[in-house]
Amino acid sequence: MRFLKVCAVVVAVALIATTSVAIAGETLDAVKKRGYLIAGVNGGVFGFSMPDDKGVWTGLDVDTARAIATAVFGDASKIKYVPLTAVQRLPALQAKEIDVLCRNTTQTLTRETANGLNFAHVNYYDGQGFLVSRKLGVKSARELQGATICVLPGTTTELNVADFFRANDMRWRPVVIESTPELSKAFFAGRCDVLTSDLSQLAAHRATSPNPADYVLLPEIISKEPLAPVVRHGDDQWYDIVNWTVMALLQAEELGINSNNVDMMLKSQNPRVQRFLGVIPGMGKALGLDDNWAYNIVKQVGNYSQIYEANVGVNTSLGIPRGLNDQWYKGGLMFAAPFR
Amino acid sequence: MAQEVKDSPEITTSAKISFWYDPTKRAVIYQVVVLGIVGMVAYYLFSNTLANLERQNIATGFGFFTKEASFEIGESAIPYSAADTYGRALLVGVLNTIKVSFIGIILTVILGTFLGIARLSRNWLVAKLAGIYIEVMQDIPVLLQLVFWYAVFYDTFPSPRQALNPISGVFLCNRGMAFAVPEPHPVYGYMALALVIGCLAVWVLRRWAKKRQEKTGQIFPVVLISLAILLVLPLATWLLGGAPLKMNVPKLVGFNFEGGTTFSPEFAALLLGLVLYTAAFVAEIVRAGIQAISRGQVEAAMSMGLKPGQVLRLVILPQALRVIIPPLTSQMLNLTKNSTLAIAIGFPDFVSVANTTINQTGQAIEGVGMIMVVYLFFSLSTSGFMNWYNKRVALVER
Repeated sequence: MRFLKVCAVVVAVALIATTSVAIAGETLDAVKKRGYLIAGVNGGVFGFSMPDDKGVWTGLDVDTARAIATAVFGDASKIKYVPLTAVQRLPALQAKEIDVLCRNTTQTLTRETANGLNFAHVNYYDGQGFLVSRKLGVKSARELQGATICVLPGTTTELNVADFFRANDMRWRPVVIESTPELSKAFFAGRCDVLTSDLSQLAAHRATSPNPADYVLLPEIISKEPLAPVVRHGDDQWYDIVNWTVMALLQAEELGINSNNVDMMLKSQNPRVQRFLGVIPGMGKALGLDDNWAYNIVKQVGNYSQIYEANVGVNTSLGIPRGLNDQWYKGGLMFAAPFR
Repeated sequence: MAQEVKDSPEITTSAKISFWYDPTKRAVIYQVVVLGIVGMVAYYLFSNTLANLERQNIATGFGFFTKEASFEIGESAIPYSAADTYGRALLVGVLNTIKVSFIGIILTVILGTFLGIARLSRNWLVAKLAGIYIEVMQDIPVLLQLVFWYAVFYDTFPSPRQALNPISGVFLCNRGMAFAVPEPHPVYGYMALALVIGCLAVWVLRRWAKKRQEKTGQIFPVVLISLAILLVLPLATWLLGGAPLKMNVPKLVGFNFEGGTTFSPEFAALLLGLVLYTAAFVAEIVRAGIQAISRGQVEAAMSMGLKPGQVLRLVILPQALRVIIPPLTSQMLNLTKNSTLAIAIGFPDFVSVANTTINQTGQAIEGVGMIMVVYLFFSLSTSGFMNWYNKRVALVER
């Protein structure tokens, strides 16, 4: 009898092992069941994602994540932020620890293929630059022969700067520290001659440094950095939701809808506005969401222009003009696909 | 008793006992079953992982080893540039980890032994100071200590242009300590050879002196003569080779010092933090080892007319080592494993390089597997060596 029992256990284990190869759970269902969205963010870039002195998360990436939570739940507060370092971020997403990564992450071919990820519409167009102390008297990145450079590991930045110095046949020495605040501290304490990162992040570091006026950005911009929210391969519906949430922020700006006038806009006779806000139903359904998803996003989070100006725009301490991040009809690159 | 044992084979071979109720066979079956279950769980995890990776289209395998790494590494024991492969980058990481662990273990053992003995000192002040050091260092998390030392290095030292120059050829700044090293010259190779020959000579001398002492009771001043041999042989080689004196002195060029050799603040902070922390534990182990020896042993040795130095060397230490070695081994392993905290202060150890590799290639499972294998290898070889040594010093019962 005992032997039979043992046999039964072995067979059971064999059955479990051979048949239960994991099947993709729909991310949307998992998020809804959990009751809140888990978003991976950067913990220390002012203007993009950083908790303020009251512990409230603010920033452009944070607002993008809030917009996604609003699209799913109709409530921007149903969200949990997981601060991740550059090295942790992609494995965390692959391992399903987070639902979406809104952490100034550059879209690249390798990440979309070998890393098994998909990038949604870009929420910030950036480029890589160099921040140096004014005291060094350096005017151009080509004068940086032999410099010590602070750089975050596991980033495209790390690769671009190596490429730049190789292309110009110059020597340099990296100091790579995984934590963004620690890296910035080391730079401002003088451990490195140069801090390199995306321009927006350099502006953020400079704005939060003890003496912002002592540091200058060099004129060279050595890369293109389209920063976008990221999801895993294998769940197209979830990708659509994240992608079209970013587009909704842009589309709202294009249609002139913001958080103040969105209720008035519900009465608009413009069919594009009606379709967007769900007055003419169908768009939300197609995504597997409520038809008033876009209305909720604009009402609770705002449109892209509002988010931009509140977090990084010219009236903030970062003071970054819209530039590439302006709408297509104003000479920028922001171009939402049609909502129909 | 013997009679019964002799009888038992007859019972088991009798037809009454069925196959399933034979304890020996059953034990074998159980073991096979357990092994089977373990194997199946492993297979399940493996295949499930592969299936999941495939579903997400994540690349697998170790093909990335031969691809171009295209990231730079701050310090390296071998020539490395961004144009080299991931394999070489990882090797640079392994060598950096070995460098900091090896130097760290040696310094830790020296400092720990010193502190352990100091804590037992009859001098009140020395004993208390050692005690305070041990208590404080043991109780502060090592990560905090690393960050603290790192901040000390980059915050207190001046920039390269105002570097401190305490003695000629040595420069201290927030880029590290740059110091002069001799220009390469063939004589140095011969000097190393002379040192090896010196070591061999010392070994032969010690054996001879021991034999002579056992035969005649005469004591030969081995230590002094050995030191003389080790010093004189390389020195004589240097003089014969024309006494080259040219030094490669670091010079400030542009942003930084060029030439000579540099200890980076990252390396220094990591080494200092690990050594100061682990030495506190080693000190307690050494103290425990010495206190484990009964007072009678010391008294007996002294009554035989041994000098205090001889008591320590011939009676206390050989016995204390038996108690010290096993926990000391585990502290050595701790130091090696704690060196992975290097990532917090930017020293490019193996984990740091492997993490970057994981991130740039996206192959987390291979990367993490590799990290585990490498540290397992470090740990097993350290403890293998220490077990061998432990066997040598263990009490031989007669």
